[in-house]
Amino acid sequence: MSNTSTSTHNATGAASGSRYFVREHHPENGTMLGFWLYLMSDCLVFACLFAAYAVLGRNYAGGPTGAEIFDLPLVGLNTSLLLLSSITYGFAMLESQKDRLRNTMIWLAVTGLLGACFIYFELYEFVHLIMEGSGPQRSGFLTSFFALVGTHGLHVSFGIIWLVTLLFQLKRHGLTPENRRRLMCLSMFWHFLDVVWIGVFTFVYLMGVLS
Amino acid sequence: MSAHHDHAAHGHHDHHDHHGHDHADHGSLKSYATGFILAVLLTVIPFWLVMAKVFDKSSTTGFVLLAFAAVQIVVHMVYFLHMNSKSEGGWTMLALLFTTMVVVIMMSGSLWVMYHLNHNMMPGMDHETVPESIRAVPVEKDMKKMPGMS
Amino acid sequence: MFDQIDMTKLIFGRLSWDAIPFHEPILLATFVMVGLGGITLLGALTYFRVWGVLWRNWFTSIDHKRIGIMYMILGIVMLLRGFADALMMRAQQALSFGDSHGFLPPHHYDQVFTAHGVIMIFFVAMPFVTGLMNYVVPLQIGARDVAFPFLNNFSFWMTTFGAVLVMASLFVGEFARTGWLAYPPLSGILGSPDVGVDYYIWSLQIAGVGTLLSGVNLIVTIIKMRAPGMTMMKMPVFTWTALCTNVLIVAAFPVLTAVLAMLSLDRVFGTNFFTNDMGGNSMMYVNLIWIWGHPEVYILVLPIFGVFSEIVSTFSSKRLFGYTSMVYATVVITILSYLVWLHHFFTMGSGASVNSFFGITTMIISIPTGAKIFNWLFTMYRGRIRFEVPMLWTMGFMVTFVIGGMTGVLLAVPPADFVLHNSLFLIAHFHNVIIGGVVFGTFAGINFWFPKAFGYKLDAFWGKCSFWFWTIGFYFAFMPLYVLGLMGVTRRLSHFEDPSLQIWFQIAAFGAVLIAFGIACFVIQLGVSFMRRDSLRDFTGDPWGGRTLEWSTSSPPPAYNFAFTPLVHDIDTWADMKSNNYQRPTDSFVAIHMPKNTGAGVIIAGLSAAVGFALIWQMWLPAGLAFIAMMAAIIIHTFNYNRDYYIPAEEVTRTEAERTRLLASHV
Repeated sequence: MSNTSTSTHNATGAASGSRYFVREHHPENGTMLGFWLYLMSDCLVFACLFAAYAVLGRNYAGGPTGAEIFDLPLVGLNTSLLLLSSITYGFAMLESQKDRLRNTMIWLAVTGLLGACFIYFELYEFVHLIMEGSGPQRSGFLTSFFALVGTHGLHVSFGIIWLVTLLFQLKRHGLTPENRRRLMCLSMFWHFLDVVWIGVFTFVYLMGVLS
Repeated sequence: MSAHHDHAAHGHHDHHDHHGHDHADHGSLKSYATGFILAVLLTVIPFWLVMAKVFDKSSTTGFVLLAFAAVQIVVHMVYFLHMNSKSEGGWTMLALLFTTMVVVIMMSGSLWVMYHLNHNMMPGMDHETVPESIRAVPVEKDMKKMPGMS
Repeated sequence: MFDQIDMTKLIFGRLSWDAIPFHEPILLATFVMVGLGGITLLGALTYFRVWGVLWRNWFTSIDHKRIGIMYMILGIVMLLRGFADALMMRAQQALSFGDSHGFLPPHHYDQVFTAHGVIMIFFVAMPFVTGLMNYVVPLQIGARDVAFPFLNNFSFWMTTFGAVLVMASLFVGEFARTGWLAYPPLSGILGSPDVGVDYYIWSLQIAGVGTLLSGVNLIVTIIKMRAPGMTMMKMPVFTWTALCTNVLIVAAFPVLTAVLAMLSLDRVFGTNFFTNDMGGNSMMYVNLIWIWGHPEVYILVLPIFGVFSEIVSTFSSKRLFGYTSMVYATVVITILSYLVWLHHFFTMGSGASVNSFFGITTMIISIPTGAKIFNWLFTMYRGRIRFEVPMLWTMGFMVTFVIGGMTGVLLAVPPADFVLHNSLFLIAHFHNVIIGGVVFGTFAGINFWFPKAFGYKLDAFWGKCSFWFWTIGFYFAFMPLYVLGLMGVTRRLSHFEDPSLQIWFQIAAFGAVLIAFGIACFVIQLGVSFMRRDSLRDFTGDPWGGRTLEWSTSSPPPAYNFAFTPLVHDIDTWADMKSNNYQRPTDSFVAIHMPKNTGAGVIIAGLSAAVGFALIWQMWLPAGLAFIAMMAAIIIHTFNYNRDYYIPAEEVTRTEAERTRLLASHV
């Protein structure tokens, strides 16, 4: 990896021409890196939940199995919604790079709506399962299923709250450097959640139906 | 894969921090579209494989699913998250690699440990902790004779 | 009528007057003492009208130096509480033989040893190392603050409010009785239906968020904010250990968060993560919590290794021997710490192949630490050693920690561990390394950097008293425990039948009393030093002949740390500057960009503690409201775009001129 020595401005015009200090130094902004590191830690939270699912995922306790309760078409729909929302966020970012505030906000709103639909269908699935007695208390398998998928859903929900907040902030302040950083961070968050979902639909739903 | 060579949108240099904004790639319509199409393919095929029961052995399907998931994760990383080895001086890549290492250790370690613990300490409850479709270790034959064991 | 009952339940949950332990004399006495002390303190603060100053200059401060000091104060306060627990345990175990049952019934004793562990690890050791890193790292890398100053303040308050919740459990309800890691099924809803484990869970979740954010903060600081010319391999060793520590934090604490969340789901919603039936698996808790737990102990000790590296080189008047190998050893320890966790539960039954693997990795991880010891010794060899108080603590560490490390390697052998697991031998081992390492290192660091933070040295006499009481006390307190452990005595017992064991416990209690004197001497040291501060004054900013950049600033440093950012050419930058007759710039200062203080951190953290308290007592309505308030506070804070200001150039000039005067008059 490169040595990240920060920019070596020389002591331009310094009276003493000292070799030991610089006059003006602006450290690089660390928000992107910091947020990425936070995402890595979030990755580990999900890894822990995946590990729990891997260990408990076949403990049916005489209750229903994945094949019996997973509605793959619904999951397919949800996966499409989330994937679509990833690309609409991408469009929002492209618009922001062209300084088109209004279009940025429109694509953001679309992303939020798609996310809200995702949550709606997920809640629908959860409520349906609970109503028919396959709630998180039923077995180790269901516990770990609800925890993993539910945590992902919680993250998406927080993302939507953040998105709405950011819309207000964009409206108020426009595409300032600070707001662009926030857009980048939410972008990373949103895509990261889609990455986690890949793990969820593969490992939980598809492979759960297989066994 | 050279997604990070796709040209950034016009005018992007004018509007970002001049505080040494290094190598951060921001994608383009083309790269997002490519990523999207790849992701769609890598999603549809696994769903089809399972719903249409294409392979006979579920362990084969399992391996293929995991492979597709791994590839799709990389696609997301490259095309949506613009992951490259130069952003933030290589630190984001290093952080990702370190996290991946920890995740692999944690998952494989836990599976290995829990499998042994369950095997030794929960006799009669000895069903697999590792799903049959991805497990390399052979299942104990005794288990299948246990009543109520699937 | 029904509505009324429901409302009461919704508001008060399971909280009632029964929660206050009126019938427990020890607790009541404690409450009275704490109450009186608290009223005195609050009264004094009000009388001297310092609330405004405290709020404006300290509680809302985003200055890493102030936050670092507050962390240390938190650690010291909680040390007193945690040590009180220790004294109670020693007393109980020295007295409770045969017909005599001591003064602590098991119900109470179990809370004492649980609280002792939780407090010492999370609210003493963690704040101490976090405080040291917070204070020192930005100064060492030539930066003006950390990367995210507001988050830094927020992290501090999250940790503090976590501590507040633990303290609250003393007087409202009770604490967990499960040991400091709260294994299910004992910690599940059936084993512990009362609020104790919930206090445990929420105080740790809140503190854990603070720690995690602090981890991200310091990593970004070290990566992004180093002075020009300071490449990675020119960073001070303490900064390297801080970097690795914070990597461990970011990569380990999420696991704790997830596992405690799973436990609380089991307790509140009846899920089946760790239950004995319905498909749960309580062994999985042990596995996951130690995946966090082992990196945690390296989080505690790595910064301390950094502290000792700085102290050894400074007081040997020599560059640290083997800088490169020190760095590599630290990085290797960081990675290996993820490969040893099973050694905490060899006896749980994973079998020979698994146990051997982890036994071997555990033995391997001792090697880089050994390399560090040799490097310190080689640094001292042929150095001009000055036995100031920090150096005394260092020497105490080197002997004590090595002994503790060796018993660790002994325990790493699975067959040996089968005999010694959960015996007093284990207790002796980990206290040996934690006290010999983290505690001694903290006192070394405090004595070393105190003059930088406050402008005067700590009194050496009382420092030496504290050191000797601690060291001798430690050996009296814990060597008997090794003996008892080898004889087969189990941990966490509040009563014994075999009278031949009693003498060992009495010796250990004596040791604890000596340590109490050690702590008292430390407190006295703080007071005496304050009284004598004029004669202990540090005028130059470099009282020890330091080698790294923090010693180039005044004591205490100005808010902006450095008027001009240093330009680095070599390791031990300050030593390099001194040996090249560095001239401090005295004019042409410019305005400096600084972040503003804010109360948002206190408020958000306080609200999250309110959520925690409400969840503990199942006060669903207050919990919901507090949660909404917390979210609102967070969102409102994000609407604040006005977070910085400039220190005018004239003020910088004035401050620097003042220092020039000071230096000139005390050459």
